Amino acid sequence: MDAAKNKYSIIVPTYNERLNIALIVYLIFKHLPDVDFEIIVVDDGSPDGTQEIVKQLQKLYGEDRILLRPRAKKLGLGTAYMHGLKHASGNFVVIMDADLSHHPKYLPSFIKKQLETGASIVTGTRYVTGGGVHGWNLMRKLTSRGANVLAQTLLWPGVSDLTGSFRLYKKSVLEDVISSCVSKGYVFQMEMIVRASRKRYHIEEVPITFVDRVFGSSKLGGSEIVEYLKGLVYLMITT
Amino acid sequence: MKHVLKLLSLLVVISALWIGLLQASIIPQSHTWLLPIYFVVSLGCYGLLMVGVGLMRFPTCPQEALLLQQDIAEAKDFLKQKGVDVGSD
Repeated sequence: MDAAKNKYSIIVPTYNERLNIALIVYLIFKHLPDVDFEIIVVDDGSPDGTQEIVKQLQKLYGEDRILLRPRAKKLGLGTAYMHGLKHASGNFVVIMDADLSHHPKYLPSFIKKQLETGASIVTGTRYVTGGGVHGWNLMRKLTSRGANVLAQTLLWPGVSDLTGSFRLYKKSVLEDVISSCVSKGYVFQMEMIVRASRKRYHIEEVPITFVDRVFGSSKLGGSEIVEYLKGLVYLMITT
Repeated sequence: MKHVLKLLSLLVVISALWIGLLQASIIPQSHTWLLPIYFVVSLGCYGLLMVGVGLMRFPTCPQEALLLQQDIAEAKDFLKQKGVDVGSD
């Protein structure tokens, strides 16, 4: 595949990310100076004016580089990706979070890894040397590690970071995998990578760092744990 | 094959081996009967060990928070100059 002809569509779902979307767009442009890419912002009707900011960014960077494809209200992550996919003109698709927990400075390493290995999917992992997490207390780390060991034992997923959502896909591969996924939230991310693994797609990993800026709002209550376990059982049975 | 079926067939194979051992009497029967318990306990211990080791070696990156703050400041400066509203959060 001729590297010079690759185009990367970066899908960023947003909800109330008025400031972060501007920062992340700046950083993407900073770290991908010689790459053909477009940013697809899928905003779910943010009340804080996120879309106005995106329009300002479009004036600055060009409407061909930043696509605003909003939806009327919060409709979930999976459908946000599917919506963004419909408007993606690249042959590769990157998915990442808008809140700066995923730093655009890793985008070159995703691209490089894919070019070197010809992988269908490159997924960011926080759990290997070179990667890491900041802003997690001991309890959070323990739950994360425990959840990971359980998932590795039960699912044999073939990747070290199952719930991560910083990934590069070949567009055709994403279309194939996403059509068979039905879960919501982070279980959706798990389902995507497990289904891809079962379909024997070539998956590579790159280390990424994850800075959790939402201190204190740990999304790990009892109900989250139950959801997670249900997700594991569902994936065991259906993949 | 669905993954749960893979796990079940693995379980069936292990059970068959266990029953085979029971019948062949290579190991004294009293020990053989306890093998499943040993197996489950070892699995549990291995799991706990993996969690513990992983927790100890959990990669952290405190410097990244600082770098991120710098990046944010740089981004805000640039965007403000160019007329993008970066006032509120």
